[in-house]
Amino acid sequence: MTELDRTGERTPVPADWTYAPAPESRDVVELRERYGLYVGGTWLEPAETYETISPASEEPLAVVGQASAADVDHAVGAAREAFANGWSALPGSERAKYLFRIARILQERAREFAVLESLNGGKPIKESRDVDLPLAAAHFFYYAGWADKLEYAFPNRKPKPVGVAGQIIPWNFPLLMLAWKIAPALACGNTVVLKPAETTPLTALLFCDVLRQAELPAGVVNIVTGDGRTGAALVEHEGVDKIAFTGSTEVGKAIQRRLAGSGKKLTLELGGKAANIVFDDCALDQAVEGIVNGIYFNQGHVCCAGSRLFVQESIYEPIVDKLKRRLETLRVGEPLDKNTDVGAINSAMQLEKIRELVESGREEGAEIYQPPCRLPEKGYWFAPTVFTNVAQSYRIAQEEIFGPVLSVLTFRTPDEAIEKANNTPYGLSAGVWTEKGSRILWMAQHLRAGVVWANTYNRFDPTSPFGGYKESGFGREGGRHGLEPYLRFDE
Amino acid sequence: MSDRLPVKKTYKLFVGGAFPRSESGRTYEAEGQNVARASRKDARDAVRAARAAQPGWAAATAYNRGQVLYRLAEMVEARVPEFADLCSGRDEVERAIDRIVWYAGWADKLPQVLGGSNPVAGPYFNFTVPEPTGVVAVLAPEEPPLLGLVSRVLPAVVGGNAVVAVAAESRPLAAVELAEAIATSDLPGGVVNLLTGFRSELAPVLAAHMDVNALDLAGADGLAAELEQLAADNVKRVVHGRADVQSPWEIESFLELKTVWHPSGR
Amino acid sequence: MAQAPALPAGFELPLEPRLPRIGSVDAVALEERAASLAKRSIKKDAKVFALELAIRTTDLTTLEGADTPGKVSALCSKALRPDPTDPSIPSCAAICVYPNLVPTARERLEGSGVHVAAVATGFPSGQYPTQIKVADVRSAVELGADEIDMVIDRGAFLSGRYAKVYDEVVRVKEACGDVHLKVILETGELGTYDNVRRATLLAIAGGADFVKTSTGKISPAATLPVALCMLEAIRDVHAETGRRVGFKAAGGIRQAKQAVQHLVVVNETLGGEWLTPELYRLGASSLLNDILMQLRKEKTGVYQGSDYFTLD
Repeated sequence: MTELDRTGERTPVPADWTYAPAPESRDVVELRERYGLYVGGTWLEPAETYETISPASEEPLAVVGQASAADVDHAVGAAREAFANGWSALPGSERAKYLFRIARILQERAREFAVLESLNGGKPIKESRDVDLPLAAAHFFYYAGWADKLEYAFPNRKPKPVGVAGQIIPWNFPLLMLAWKIAPALACGNTVVLKPAETTPLTALLFCDVLRQAELPAGVVNIVTGDGRTGAALVEHEGVDKIAFTGSTEVGKAIQRRLAGSGKKLTLELGGKAANIVFDDCALDQAVEGIVNGIYFNQGHVCCAGSRLFVQESIYEPIVDKLKRRLETLRVGEPLDKNTDVGAINSAMQLEKIRELVESGREEGAEIYQPPCRLPEKGYWFAPTVFTNVAQSYRIAQEEIFGPVLSVLTFRTPDEAIEKANNTPYGLSAGVWTEKGSRILWMAQHLRAGVVWANTYNRFDPTSPFGGYKESGFGREGGRHGLEPYLRFDE
Repeated sequence: MSDRLPVKKTYKLFVGGAFPRSESGRTYEAEGQNVARASRKDARDAVRAARAAQPGWAAATAYNRGQVLYRLAEMVEARVPEFADLCSGRDEVERAIDRIVWYAGWADKLPQVLGGSNPVAGPYFNFTVPEPTGVVAVLAPEEPPLLGLVSRVLPAVVGGNAVVAVAAESRPLAAVELAEAIATSDLPGGVVNLLTGFRSELAPVLAAHMDVNALDLAGADGLAAELEQLAADNVKRVVHGRADVQSPWEIESFLELKTVWHPSGR
Repeated sequence: MAQAPALPAGFELPLEPRLPRIGSVDAVALEERAASLAKRSIKKDAKVFALELAIRTTDLTTLEGADTPGKVSALCSKALRPDPTDPSIPSCAAICVYPNLVPTARERLEGSGVHVAAVATGFPSGQYPTQIKVADVRSAVELGADEIDMVIDRGAFLSGRYAKVYDEVVRVKEACGDVHLKVILETGELGTYDNVRRATLLAIAGGADFVKTSTGKISPAATLPVALCMLEAIRDVHAETGRRVGFKAAGGIRQAKQAVQHLVVVNETLGGEWLTPELYRLGASSLLNDILMQLRKEKTGVYQGSDYFTLD
């Protein structure tokens, strides 16, 4: 029998369809109990160590090194040695082939790396599998192709490598940020010492095995793990020719001060407070999807996150209603579950920061909305959050929260949108949602941001330059422009 | 010592991803083997296959095209000894592999070097993008038998074109071996088609073909002037390719440039 | 059942004030969202739930020039008891046939609860004068159809004569009386998602109880992005008017995996309320056996072969 009624008009009873757990297996990754520091192609035992954990469960995963100034010195020495004795003299076409090998190996071992990334960092496996890993491999592939074509990248200039690059990366896209740093550096003939973020060392350490498989000459890439002290040692080291830093604006400024007068090249990729601007002639449902992707992708741990939503007043209600409704279908939970949309907050420290700012939002008078979600007991979690009735001056509209928290403001005209969007010391990215082509181009022209996404958000590609205006940093990563920070031009 | 009798290879054409014999049933002897002698109808079929495959190849992402061509290099690398026997030696094969890798790396960089936005004097956004011209007929140079063919085919293919190439007449075996590497490389069938046979029979057919967009005369020898005449009937882009050169400007020869305008306003 | 608005024939309808805004649909974002929903991993109990729901919402279909009473009788048996070896498998929601075969179907399915849906309005092309199409509907209703699946006039739609499209839906709805009306948009002919959205809203305005993607006679038919686009329009109508309109995905759904993906799209766009034969249907024929195979695999743990499932 069916439950159809020929003339029935009753209110349907909602079917309750719960998706069963769909865990990605951890077996694909072989975790060691301890990792040393990867220097000169071998593993060194560090004097000091610390434990790295899974933020979803607080389970300890491995013991890793806390590199000292001496360790950093060792690593820089190895990088210098490799630079002087071979790497810089290798023809570009040979360097290219090493990088192509690395790209291909990452593609082959993508699943292993994706699982480890989610385990150590907290992001959903869906993201590490579908975004982080493919982009990381693609980044190596793209820059591999530049290694022997540098003379075409800069008309009438003769590019040469800078030497040894010190690179400090954040915890939000650990492997991808490693790729963004190492690929162009090596393509241009440099050698590197890279320090992964304190809370996410594991994929960088596993990456050393890729280097072994690719037969990369010893010392070309050195990985030293540790906290801010290791980073400081790297920044200050005399033997480093260039520093590349991605992280908070606060630390970026400190580095810039430290390097003043030293002659070292510097690039900074810092924080942001991007305006995501929605006009009343947008494609509504797709704009809502873009808003959600803009702030809840990677738990909002994204420097270019669309954290300030500017809605044109004439479309305010439909947008906010649809947004709240859409939040109800976001699945927050175990990062290794294939159906999880929003994972764990990366650390206790970050969670505290998010809580503090959210509290300030309540206190300053904004209205908070959080969809009902059951958060696990152990681990670091925060529900997706939307604040409405936000004023431009509130801390939640000014400061980077770096979490799944959206502040909603309104505007009436394009000029007003521009004014408010640009009214910030940051300038990393912005979003524009309108079906009118001329408005997209006009807005893009007037937004003071290094990346403008129109009718999309959080799209990255190795061919597409990424970087900020103003206090969001300087220098670009990706594209032809991404080569510049790693070259010197003897005029 | 083994008295084992080897299985001899049959040297056929490579059209649409498959290895057909010539529809004419003819062969000719080259390098001690019977090699398919393509007819005008085979040339016609090859152009048809190229035209069918080209839009899909052009629509693939540049990243994908780059990876596919890199894989072609992987396939050639795996057969270095076989290739070495069919050309001047190992050195030529290694150069050919490195050239394939070199061109593969251009796929996702071309618009950045060959195109860009243009600062027109008005409230418009204006940008120029390079696009493939379509189907390219290539006459491969006689020497070097492998490197010459690779040097002329890769620039056309990396830009998103489909190619019908006529192999070196007296030394076609390297081309057939390359076809086998192409067939295992993930390159979609029809993107590269290889015809073996008499240049004097095939070149004029391709030069006059109304559905071929560009003609590379690297291996034209004495026929060049006649072929350029025939090419004029549908205003083909005629390229005087050189046998051993690598440059992004070689790629540009097989690209069209499109410029787009759009107003910028509230 | 919702009533069609009473309007004089041929009334030119200004759409915007009466409906949710038609607006635009961004194709890239729509397709990305559909692709991301397709990646949901539905396993074990959740999968069994979905497969059983798919059967309960299936309109088992045969629409061929060669259909005979014999063929349709066999199909009715299949719709009643899809798997004779497993009585726990539910019946389908309906069978869907050409008007001439309605009497045979009614006879076979009398008292069973499985509905008889008839296609009408010059299916599949719709390229006939309006009076002929309406007469086609009346006759199908007289022959005993429980449900009518009509086609919109795509020629009128694509040449901008939206009022004519609307008018025909209104008249067909009148001719249906109490009989439930599904309106087929034939999305594969409409060209853009903007048009799909517009056609969906038009059909609903005209009185559709269900909007349906396709006739099943051309490709592309019920793709996930098209379904998502139509479901979003249904959602907007519900938000603005409280009216619940059903959705039928028909054409191109041959594998159980696709059916499950379609159900995920409904679940995450409209919620559990729409997961019932009253508001959701899957128009299919060969899909049923693939679902039965998957269900038996879930129950036994072993991959199945097609020899073990009847072809009716």
